[in-house]
Amino acid sequence: MTNAISLTLKIWRQKSPHDKGRLETYPVKEISTDMSFLEMLDVLNEKLTLDGQEPIAFDHDCREGICGMCGAVVNGRPHGSAKGTTLCQLHMRHFSDGDTVFIEPWRAKAFPIIKDLVVDRSAFDTIIQAGGFISVNTGGAPDANAILIPPDAAEKAMDAAACIGCGACVAACPNAAAMLFTGAKISHLALLPQGRPEAARRAINMLRTMDELGFGNCTNERECEAECPKEISIVNIARMNREFLKASFVSEEK
Amino acid sequence: MSLDAKIPGGPLAEKWDRHRFELKLVNPANKRKYDIIVVGTGLAGGSASAALAELGYDIKTFCIQDSPRRAHSIAAQGGINAAKNYPNDGDSIWRLFYDTVKGGDFRAREANVYRLAQISNLIIDQCVAQGIPFAREYGGLLANRSFGGAQVSRTFYARGQTGQQLLLGAYSALARQVAAGKVQLFSRREMLELVVVNGQARGIVVRNLINGDIERHDAHAVVLCTGGYGNVFFLSTNAMASNVTAAFRAYKKGAYFANPCFTQIHPTCIPVHGATQSKLTLMSESLRNDGRVWVPRDPANKKPPSQVPDSERNYFLEEKYPSFGNLVPRDVASRNAKEQCDMGKGVGSTGRAVYLDFADAIKRDTKAVITKKYGNLFQMYEKITGQDPYETPMMIYPAVHYTMGGLWVDYNLMSSVDGLFVLGEANFSDHGANRLGASALMQGLADGYFILPYTIGGYLAGTEFSEVNSDHPAFKEAESQAQSRLNTLLSINGKRTVDDFHRELGLIMWEHCGMARSNEGLEKARTLIQALRTEFWDNVTVPGAEKDVNQSLERAGRVADFLQFAELMIVDALARQESCGGHFNEAFQTDENEARRDDENFCHATAWEFTGDDHEPQFHKEPLVFENVELTQRSYK
Repeated sequence: MTNAISLTLKIWRQKSPHDKGRLETYPVKEISTDMSFLEMLDVLNEKLTLDGQEPIAFDHDCREGICGMCGAVVNGRPHGSAKGTTLCQLHMRHFSDGDTVFIEPWRAKAFPIIKDLVVDRSAFDTIIQAGGFISVNTGGAPDANAILIPPDAAEKAMDAAACIGCGACVAACPNAAAMLFTGAKISHLALLPQGRPEAARRAINMLRTMDELGFGNCTNERECEAECPKEISIVNIARMNREFLKASFVSEEK
Repeated sequence: MSLDAKIPGGPLAEKWDRHRFELKLVNPANKRKYDIIVVGTGLAGGSASAALAELGYDIKTFCIQDSPRRAHSIAAQGGINAAKNYPNDGDSIWRLFYDTVKGGDFRAREANVYRLAQISNLIIDQCVAQGIPFAREYGGLLANRSFGGAQVSRTFYARGQTGQQLLLGAYSALARQVAAGKVQLFSRREMLELVVVNGQARGIVVRNLINGDIERHDAHAVVLCTGGYGNVFFLSTNAMASNVTAAFRAYKKGAYFANPCFTQIHPTCIPVHGATQSKLTLMSESLRNDGRVWVPRDPANKKPPSQVPDSERNYFLEEKYPSFGNLVPRDVASRNAKEQCDMGKGVGSTGRAVYLDFADAIKRDTKAVITKKYGNLFQMYEKITGQDPYETPMMIYPAVHYTMGGLWVDYNLMSSVDGLFVLGEANFSDHGANRLGASALMQGLADGYFILPYTIGGYLAGTEFSEVNSDHPAFKEAESQAQSRLNTLLSINGKRTVDDFHRELGLIMWEHCGMARSNEGLEKARTLIQALRTEFWDNVTVPGAEKDVNQSLERAGRVADFLQFAELMIVDALARQESCGGHFNEAFQTDENEARRDDENFCHATAWEFTGDDHEPQFHKEPLVFENVELTQRSYK
């Protein structure tokens, strides 16, 4: 049912990485409950623009929950309170008339704030570059059906591969750990026969890079799993730890 | 003037092999002496960057997002076609070729489409080797499904996230080359100009979207993989940042733009909820396999769907097309939905929607079976609309989804500017006037992994290059062009926002250059667009600073280009006095309301040459010659 609600927004404004930043208050009126959260921010930005103020900078792109570009901490929760939902797929019907809504960027040492709600997540790319791939050049691959993969393994690999790299896991974790993100990629590839030859090297290199980039460690808080918009399981962290231990003890890769 | 597509001679099935042999090669030790710029990191750009770097070229890759993993290829749901014939159901390279040419309503190049079908099989091999978790059968073999009305099961898929998985595969191959030092990655950069020196594409000018700096980048060749222009309609299923700017800037520097009026409207999208809607969400058209499309027979009947008995319902697709029913092709389903709404029979709060009803399917197959097939789609629908499609019919409406037109390229994927290659949705080459389901992913990866790495070598090996770096006057000029546009946009200080203009442009295009077009409407749209463009440059307001993150400024530049490009679409639609595929001119239809082609006069690709801001574009055509298929008329009665 379409309704219109009014809200008080408390939004983090920060001019640049070195600016101190602060929460600013913005009232918004007549917000249709059919709108998405980002459309609500669009409405505010249109108003700010016409009032001669600078709109709020926020990242977004596909607006259908798959690109992983959007994300903000809403009332203390990454991507807001709806389960398994990215910010762009959070709809205003989850809010009530008169609510005060706090909107802040991801906060983590490894994700420096660029402006307002926009953060730098290039550390995730760096982790993938450390080994989140299978080393095959283009051409010369065997026939696709030459490698048999039990559907169960393919399904588990797909569960892990569904990660959209949004960074909510890092934002949710009290240690700002990237274990769920890294574990998902290591699991995806370790579960498939194609990924086994490099599994040890991958686990060691990706984990080392993750540490060097300033992400914290896992202390089993499970916040990442609770907030992940793709509901990636922390089983993937356990699997990563197994891969890492195996690699450390058994493998010649160091 | 006729364009030379440089299609190799010989029988269709041997053209690509023969061409690969005839292409000059770059000596392995010399490859590192060549720099190549790739703009865009979707399936085409990601795969091209990785494959070229593997060969030894030095690559500079640019993307608009914060990471090359986010391009809009990621949103493709259904799957990717290949002529593997694993199910043994009669598929072949020839059949995939034929289906694609026919599906494109005979407005694509035979040789390109055949090559695409040949390469389709290599793509699946490559993707499996990369670790793409495709769906599997119990024995461990790859699973296939039938998709988009195909009579064979040739679609490979990874749940409803095939585009995501293929893109992450290309992204991982790209990441490997970044680590190897062969690709330099420039994210959060937007291409603002192409630099052409002595008739050769030699670089680009980009804006750094973090600090606003204008940067110059030189190379021996430039590869555009910048996607489609569906956002000219404001509302589309494209991502918010998808735009025409890179392709349009190249057009202004001499690259011909082909068939810009060929756009695809997808019938099963979630309807617009109101004026603040920012984009549309597609739901897989597989829903039409079990859902029945209807509206109330009487426009005055505004009762909730549960209170409308069968006798008062008009299942308009089933009634009009008894043999195909709800499974008619995308364009037919879309046009009929619009027709019903235009008659006042549309449903929902805006009256721009039709029902897609699963009640009969649930009764017949049980809820459990429907959940297994469509559970994730039903969930997505409920998340967006707040309505439960198990209890009440879905509401759907067509939306702009894909653009078949793009920069004109020859068989080598090179545009009319030497050294400027165009891949994926950004080019015009393979889908004709209508794209079939599960073939966009195939084309993006074919272009990037398996075609460009050969053809660009032929170009580089056969071309003399003068010493050009970014201090060359052509770079200075391109930079100052880009700079002066930004300065102008920031200095207008008018009263309307960028989005406000964009929304109005979208409505004009949707009304007059959307699903159904008429000469009168197109002429009217042209006048409206010209007036809107004039107002834009007088009355737009762009807040913020130049040397800063400024998303309003980014959008302003894109909308400025859309406002000019839209007119080119209109010009193209008016020049094509026939109907074909996604281009439906109401004056040209069969008795069954099908698109009526005019093969005698319009069996060609149209390519437009830019001649100046206030001049009519110059018309060129590439005649399409069909030696292997017979041109037929579609019928779905």
